[in-house]
Amino acid sequence: MALRHLLCGVMAVGFGFAAVSTPASAQTSGSTLSAVKSKGRLDCGVSQGLPGFSNSDSAGNFTGIDVDLCRGVAAAVFGDPSKVRFRTLSAKERFEALKSGEIDVLSRNSTWTMTRDTQLGIIFAGVNYYDGQGLMVPASLGVSTAAELDGARICTNTGTTTELNVTDYFRSHGMSFELIAFEKTDEVGAAYEAGRCDVYTTDRSGLAAERLKFADPEGHVVLPEIISKEPLGPAVRQGDEQWLNVVKWTHYAMLNAEELGISSENVDQIRDEQAGLVSQGQGNQEIQRLLGLGDDFGAVLGLPKDWAYQVIKQVGNYGEVYEANVGPDTPLKLARGANALWTNGGLQYGMPVR
Amino acid sequence: MTASAETPSSGSSRSSGSLLYDPKVRSIFFQVALILAVLLFFGWIVLNTMANLRARNISSGFDFLGNTPGFQTVTTLGTYLMDVSGRAITYLDVLKVGLINTLLVAVLGIVTATILGFVIGVFRLSNNAVLYGFSTVYVELLRNTPLLLQIFFWYFAALRAPWVPDARGKVSFFWDNFHFNITGLYGPYPLPQTGFGATLWALVIGLILTFVMRWWAKKRQDATGKQFPIFWGAVGLILGLPLLVFLLTGAPLRWEAANFVQEGPVLRRGFQKGEGMLIIPELIALWLALSLYTAAFIAEIVRAGILAVNKGQTEAAHALGISQSKNLRLVVIPQALRVIIPPLTSQYLNITKNSSLAVAIAYPDFFSQVQISLNQTGRAIELIVIAMLVYLTFSLITSAIMNYVNSRMKLVER
Repeated sequence: MALRHLLCGVMAVGFGFAAVSTPASAQTSGSTLSAVKSKGRLDCGVSQGLPGFSNSDSAGNFTGIDVDLCRGVAAAVFGDPSKVRFRTLSAKERFEALKSGEIDVLSRNSTWTMTRDTQLGIIFAGVNYYDGQGLMVPASLGVSTAAELDGARICTNTGTTTELNVTDYFRSHGMSFELIAFEKTDEVGAAYEAGRCDVYTTDRSGLAAERLKFADPEGHVVLPEIISKEPLGPAVRQGDEQWLNVVKWTHYAMLNAEELGISSENVDQIRDEQAGLVSQGQGNQEIQRLLGLGDDFGAVLGLPKDWAYQVIKQVGNYGEVYEANVGPDTPLKLARGANALWTNGGLQYGMPVR
Repeated sequence: MTASAETPSSGSSRSSGSLLYDPKVRSIFFQVALILAVLLFFGWIVLNTMANLRARNISSGFDFLGNTPGFQTVTTLGTYLMDVSGRAITYLDVLKVGLINTLLVAVLGIVTATILGFVIGVFRLSNNAVLYGFSTVYVELLRNTPLLLQIFFWYFAALRAPWVPDARGKVSFFWDNFHFNITGLYGPYPLPQTGFGATLWALVIGLILTFVMRWWAKKRQDATGKQFPIFWGAVGLILGLPLLVFLLTGAPLRWEAANFVQEGPVLRRGFQKGEGMLIIPELIALWLALSLYTAAFIAEIVRAGILAVNKGQTEAAHALGISQSKNLRLVVIPQALRVIIPPLTSQYLNITKNSSLAVAIAYPDFFSQVQISLNQTGRAIELIVIAMLVYLTFSLITSAIMNYVNSRMKLVER
């Protein structure tokens, strides 16, 4: 065991050395976009199984909002959302896989933090899901707010920000607690379900997903308090702004489509309507720009003119993706909340296409 | 280096030929040169690492040990002895807590694995089919499954057992003095009162008197052939004397019972934190798994040791009229121990090192504390070096003790 971790330490040092060469190679190897185009597929890093975000069924089909973002990028680049190869990555592997070029985009419910943006050689392209750390308790306890958790035994993962956030929260509220920190998520869930602890804490979306694995998902409630900010989003390598823009604007295109009322169902109809109006200089200019009917906004990204149309047509707008994977009608039953559009009081805000 | 070689030769005033050709001088020169080369090599590694870390803006050094960690450690013997509640703790405290917890589980594991291993090992040699069958199945089953799997098995078997009540229930035993539920095993905690020191002194005096008694009894036996009941004498001095003093000073020991509350806010019900003694289920599972696993290996070592003693030894002892029990104690076991002790040392080292699997079931042993600190501070090199030094020290101390025992046991050659 000690030897294994020694090796990890040695490898960590090795990665340190590798990190020097990374910026140099990124500059010389040219753009990620042309590399993706020439190999004919997008390599996308996802989680090892988090329902609603990235999860594969028995036939190997991936679903989730993290997965759909990658499909959107593939649709924008190739006009074909199936040209993605998903790579499942552990929390430890994810950033190394991105830095080494093994994957082109990391879409693995990763929290956007300052350290990660500045010290790891990667950069976040946006926030696909605004999350926060939550607390889950068995319904049988009859607890309805975090203020009643004085004296609680809490299960969580070791070595995460989760552990720090919950300690901060209980200390600043002057409540006593007992923290039982496991190395792996599966053991956290098993110990909590067995009753070793009263509270399970991780990101709220993670709680909703983990709960589905329990024998009795209805027997547990997520408390209303959010004790930290966890903005989850896709990340790319630093030093390739063109590729950063492709990922970033794919996300914005999906947000703008929802805001403009364009979905995968009605996109053809709207495009036909607007196409007739373009020549007369009439119609909704925003929709025309987004769907590639007016000026060419694809060429500046290195993409076809109808890139956003392909994303909307083949993957859907942000709202559709949300409802299909994590929304109230899915097993996760997550309300839009902070992830509603800014027009509906949420935080999701697509930058204007113009 | 060249200068050091030339200096003695130029300053030479000896008449026995050139120092350059003196084999003694030459061997010293090459040894010094080798040591210098090794030191330079390691110095280069250290400096190179530091320079690279600095170039990458990765902070290094041991100053983080004084920083305050933003997490809490589950209550164990370590957190109790380090008294971490109610004060600002540092990463150094976090590591010390882990150190105590590792020592605790290692010592517990060594004691139970040894006892169990000897019993199973003797069963393996038994003519009784049931004992033989049981011990054979035990050894083969536990020796041939991975330890990590066994740790998980005991942990989740303990947590999920239907007869284990939840955190707000309890099962009591031993006249309501001990209790258990899913949060652990609770018992009374001894609180020494003023005057308890006399009992401890009586124990020390008892131990010293036992050694004196042994020395005297051996001398008397050598001189007169009369035997003295050393065992009962030792029991009287080590247990009886402190007990007498304890009772004479008015039993200055109070037992703090575990406090079980059934009213109030739901999360405050159950056993109260910090009252009575608590053994957490993670420790129980790890202790059980380490003991049972290692006992299977020790059983085989014991069996081999006993089989290694020639049957002729027993027959000779019987021919001399030595009784069966004395034959085992004075003839067979001392010889078997010579074979048993060296491999037993390896097993003791294994228990200490295997205890680092604790991280899987949230027992805060030394290695899991190192890992958490590593994740939170990013000081990988420093913490791995600390971990290596600590485990090396543990292993060397264990080896030293066992080598001493071995030297006492081995054949005295004249």
